[in-house]
Amino acid sequence: MLVPFLYDLRARGVPVGAQEAVALAGALARGLHGNSLSGFYHVARALVVHSEAHLDAFDEAFLARFRGVAREPARIRDEVLEWLREALERRPELSAQERAILEALGPEALQRLFEERLREQTERHDGGNRWIGTGGTSPFGRGGAAREGLRVGGPGGARSAIRVADARLYRPYRADLTLDVRQFAVALRKLREFAREGAERELDLEGSIDATARNAGELEVVTRPPRRPATRVLLLLDVGGSMEPYAQLVSRLFTAASRATHFRHLASYYFHNCVYGRLYRTERFDDPVAVPDLLQRLGRHYKLIVVGDALMAPYELLSARGSLHAEDESARPGVEWLGALAAHFDRGAWLNPEPPRTWTGNTIEVVRRLFPMFPLTLEGLGEAVGHLVRGRRRRTA
Amino acid sequence: MAATDGTAFHRFRGTPSYLTSEGLEAAVDCALVLERPLLVKGEPGTGKTLLAEAIAEGLGLPLIPWHIKSTTRAADGLYVYDTVQRLYDSRFGDGDVRDIRRYIRVGPLGEAFARPERTVLLIDEVDKADLEFPNDLLHELDRMRFHILETGEEVVAARRPVVVITSNNEKELPDAFLRRCIFHFIAFPDPAQMRRIVEIHHPGLDEALASQAIEAFYRVRSMRPLRKPPSTSELVDWIAVLRAAGTREARLDGGQSFLGALVKHEKDLATVLDQISGRRAGRG
Repeated sequence: MLVPFLYDLRARGVPVGAQEAVALAGALARGLHGNSLSGFYHVARALVVHSEAHLDAFDEAFLARFRGVAREPARIRDEVLEWLREALERRPELSAQERAILEALGPEALQRLFEERLREQTERHDGGNRWIGTGGTSPFGRGGAAREGLRVGGPGGARSAIRVADARLYRPYRADLTLDVRQFAVALRKLREFAREGAERELDLEGSIDATARNAGELEVVTRPPRRPATRVLLLLDVGGSMEPYAQLVSRLFTAASRATHFRHLASYYFHNCVYGRLYRTERFDDPVAVPDLLQRLGRHYKLIVVGDALMAPYELLSARGSLHAEDESARPGVEWLGALAAHFDRGAWLNPEPPRTWTGNTIEVVRRLFPMFPLTLEGLGEAVGHLVRGRRRRTA
Repeated sequence: MAATDGTAFHRFRGTPSYLTSEGLEAAVDCALVLERPLLVKGEPGTGKTLLAEAIAEGLGLPLIPWHIKSTTRAADGLYVYDTVQRLYDSRFGDGDVRDIRRYIRVGPLGEAFARPERTVLLIDEVDKADLEFPNDLLHELDRMRFHILETGEEVVAARRPVVVITSNNEKELPDAFLRRCIFHFIAFPDPAQMRRIVEIHHPGLDEALASQAIEAFYRVRSMRPLRKPPSTSELVDWIAVLRAAGTREARLDGGQSFLGALVKHEKDLATVLDQISGRRAGRG
């Protein structure tokens, strides 16, 4: 039961490994779940899930595997009664004590007792069910069938765990859905590097000791510049037209990026549809900057992030007259400009709000040849950042 | 109540002033029994830091807080070797420079290990520190021992401390670190829970005022866009202000609303005022 559940979690993108499995088995062996499904739900969640982004997937997996358990008490009751009947026939296998109880009560009385207890326990909603985890107590006979073997009071606990899972409280925290500014900001934080630059304002302890020793014990203080963020980012945003539905999303990413305090410099420019000869400082497309000038100014160490759907009519990308802006008289097709951008920077990534399944058979496919493309979700941004912080790109033909 | 050894263990059930949920109790129990660090995440104001205090109080153990700042290094938690002082002393001749132990100062983690009794160690806002900070702690938290390189001494924890780590989610934590932790995410309380929380902070509060305030509070929280939605502590403060002013009703509009206690951001205040007065909020 446990192992398939863990594989189910893996299949749903919750990174569960042997460490979690061992921890969970250890917790169950020590009875931390209190022999109830609800206890199991909470213990498993605490041990297996490590991020609120996975809580919803955990709920889903839990529902898929255990919803049936909650609904099954009736069937289990029948099974137990069946066992009871069988037990009577297989009397020799029972211990003397079990046989004595069985005979003292008689099958009818036993069944009545069992059903009574079953009702009682359901009403009280207490106890746990043993068919999770520990299990293994004899299901046979004894007045205590309901007390010992199968805790039929389980449905109470089971239902509440199912109810907790069913409420899907953690859906808003999923990482594969697109999220809010703060979560973008968290993903962007990985985009940071430090370098020692500027005035020497920090005490260099090692250096001081070294210098003091060389100086025959006469104290000599050595200073060095403090560590500062060194990441420079160029953000290019596609706005208007087919990007309209994603305006909210893009603005959240932009807010997160512009608020980030760990960038040495963030340059952001807008374009419409595709980059041609110019980029614009505002969303209203005024204040243009010629792309060659920009590339002149920004070194190759800038991390380039382009946000756009890369969806357009083929001629807009491939034809030299594809620009929608009349003032673009570059007479070079958009694809060449994109290529120039991609070639200039060591590291670049394209974030696309369109779902990845739509990335073939259109202009996206062409753009993907120029830029590593990632979906504009938290996960996608994480991957893009992972790509951007890796060292220099190997330049391949 | 002391934590017990062996198979029986103390189950955590909160304290009179700290409300828990079944999930939180299960997570704390797991951390106690499996002796793993408990990582608590959640929105600001959901009581992450208070949890450590509640555990310490509930188990009758001393609490050792370690508040993390952006400049905190993992090694600071173990011990700090005050080289500057020693250099200074060697130059100006104060004290015995040869005894290196005089210049070793034990940090919070080191103190939790060195204490003879079991302690609760709170590592507060672990995400404030550098990205590599949690990884640097892994070994010591696993083994519960460390060497003081300068003296060659080894500090070994007599009793594994209960480690509670809080994170505001400002940074992602490394996987290796996460795998070793028991994880609990404190969800934002619903109105019924909030009523109980308010009762703890303001016992015997007028029922009408309480429900009005809570309703207004959730209404403000649901407004968009807010840069900083009010959290529990803002609600508690707001009610305190309302009580101090002798106000009978919690209103969002009008002169006696004291909205400043609830909404701390200037732009947010404008948004809230715009939306209560029925006008469409302009730009955020």
